[in-house]
Amino acid sequence: MTVIWDKPEISRRDFFEKCAEAGAKTFVFGGLVVTTAKLLLAQDAQDQAGARARAEGVSGKDVKGPIYGFVVDTNKCIGCGSCVRACRDENNVPEGFNRTWVEQYTFFPNGEVVVNSPGGGVDGFGEKLPDRNMPEELNQLPVRGFFVPKLCNHCINTPCIQVCPVGASYMTKEGVVLVDEQTCVGCGYCVQACPFGSRYLNPDTNTADKCTWCYHRITKGLKPACVVSCPAKARIFGNVSDPTSEISRILATNRTQVLRSYLGTNPRTRYLGLDSEVM
Amino acid sequence: MHHFVTQGYVLPNQAHIYWTMMIVLYPYITGIVAGAFIISSLHHVFDRDELKPVSRFAMLMALAFLLCAPLPLLAHLGHPERALNIMFTPNVTSAMAGFGFIYSIYLFILTVEIWLLYRVDIVFLSTNAKSEMMRRLYWILALGVTDISEQAKALDRRVMLFLAAIGVPAACFLHGYVGFLFGAIKANPWWASPLMPVIFLLSAIVSGIAMVVVCYLVVQWVNGRPVDSACSQSMMESAWYFLTVDVALEGLELLNHAYMANHDWDIMKHLISDKLFVSLFVVQFLVGSVLPFLLLGTAVVFKDRIPAGVRNVMGFVSGLLLLVQVLAMRWNVVVGGQMYSKSFRGFVDFRIDIYGREGLFAVLLIFSLPFVAMLVFSRILPLWGSIATFPKHWLKEADPTYGPLKSYSSFGRP
Repeated sequence: MTVIWDKPEISRRDFFEKCAEAGAKTFVFGGLVVTTAKLLLAQDAQDQAGARARAEGVSGKDVKGPIYGFVVDTNKCIGCGSCVRACRDENNVPEGFNRTWVEQYTFFPNGEVVVNSPGGGVDGFGEKLPDRNMPEELNQLPVRGFFVPKLCNHCINTPCIQVCPVGASYMTKEGVVLVDEQTCVGCGYCVQACPFGSRYLNPDTNTADKCTWCYHRITKGLKPACVVSCPAKARIFGNVSDPTSEISRILATNRTQVLRSYLGTNPRTRYLGLDSEVM
Repeated sequence: MHHFVTQGYVLPNQAHIYWTMMIVLYPYITGIVAGAFIISSLHHVFDRDELKPVSRFAMLMALAFLLCAPLPLLAHLGHPERALNIMFTPNVTSAMAGFGFIYSIYLFILTVEIWLLYRVDIVFLSTNAKSEMMRRLYWILALGVTDISEQAKALDRRVMLFLAAIGVPAACFLHGYVGFLFGAIKANPWWASPLMPVIFLLSAIVSGIAMVVVCYLVVQWVNGRPVDSACSQSMMESAWYFLTVDVALEGLELLNHAYMANHDWDIMKHLISDKLFVSLFVVQFLVGSVLPFLLLGTAVVFKDRIPAGVRNVMGFVSGLLLLVQVLAMRWNVVVGGQMYSKSFRGFVDFRIDIYGREGLFAVLLIFSLPFVAMLVFSRILPLWGSIATFPKHWLKEADPTYGPLKSYSSFGRP
């Protein structure tokens, strides 16, 4: 018969000894945990400071290689949908999902704003006005309108990387946010965490998927498919750590906005001519 | 992947509801774990002796539901074969990565505690069970520890008390964490709220207590055994208390949203007054909260005037309604939060899938598994009380000598 507690009651001396031992262990272990946390936080702060400096086009000593940025000039977009089609062909985007899309904003005299994006604007918008389900006499002509191309914002403080339980979402050294489809468990948490609707679960791979700024192209010195295909030059992509690049010049000479700045995600995709109606 | 009906402007990637019924079921199941464990701990830690009749049952119920808690997640994951990656390569900034560890710790605490709770019974049955096979099973379950001296039992009690004491915060943490998963998503204003973990925890406790009440009453009634009125009354009181706090916080959160009326309130207003009207106001609030609040309140306040039998029926009905309430709450949070697009300009309708991996049948199957587990447990361990209440046919002799055994029948306090 095994008896594991065949000992006498623990003596007071032993008790205090054990307590002291446990206390010492807790102290050492706690110290380790705190130190690790501090190191992690310091690293994080350093990363963020570096990334911010690079996003703003400041070239520091520790910046090696390009840091990419993206500018969308909403004043120039004509809503042709070429970018959406090019993206679809380049990246095998599954039916019913979009890595990039174009939104059409139409303002009516009564203050109503109609937003639409049929199929992500893949077929362009033509000259047809959006359906409003309104009586004929109220269905007046719009007062103004514009198009807003959208894509992943490749945020610096991105919530999608933060929430990924397995680290399948990550940021490359160039500042591009990617998903490792060999690691992704397909939980969909990043899809929920992205405030911009940039992510989706790819039904072919059962993993999270998103715009990569055509990482396979840009690492070879090419531009993303949507940038190349845009006939209006509404999409500008380039190296923000090079002060002579076109994007650096645009960022230096324009006032730009980002989508939902109040969420503090600090997007690398910046906009020119963004209206306050655009979310 | 389903294509859902949409109205207004929905962002192209959001014409799909990614988290469906399995993600409703997951917090529902873990919630029952937390609640059942707390009922059990009220007896083991906080000396609520009137809860003794259900304390063992509640503990095993917590284990049965906990064992099934990961199943909805596995059914939901795009790559369930990679599920263990959350423990092998956890991302430290992800709340979800904590699941594997929190779950494992809690499972460990619960299993050890149940083992200690039943150890004396297991040792007794390892020599006194009727069939050779069962004796071997109990011998294995005893893990080689057959000492049932008073000293050993005293040590058991101390360890158990310690485990139960850390088990209560662990249970709170497990469920608070589930609420945090939603509450920390700033992209979704229907979820993003520091109150979310608290509300999830309280509704978890409500659902757990309700499940213990309902199961206890059903088992007693079906078997023709008397219901311990003090016990059911105590559970009803606890349920009433936790329900009150829970619903107050749920209401305050909604009121806060409405009163602050941020940019997102326009879409939320439409969400609750149209898309979620039935499931939120009718099912969760009116049927699931107000009705049981009145029933339980009546049973608690007028306990001297209402006969015990009637009070038990009231408790049973309230328990069922509370189970519906909490399920509706999970639904309204999880599915409701995805029924509007992050464009804040459009809605997506949710269509219940019947077949398929995340369909209704799969949900019902997974939800029935904890009850199957309870049935299995009940064939091995006495769910109610002690050796004195063992089914006679479990034991070797027709009339075992209970006299000397009674000493180790009461595991809590003498």
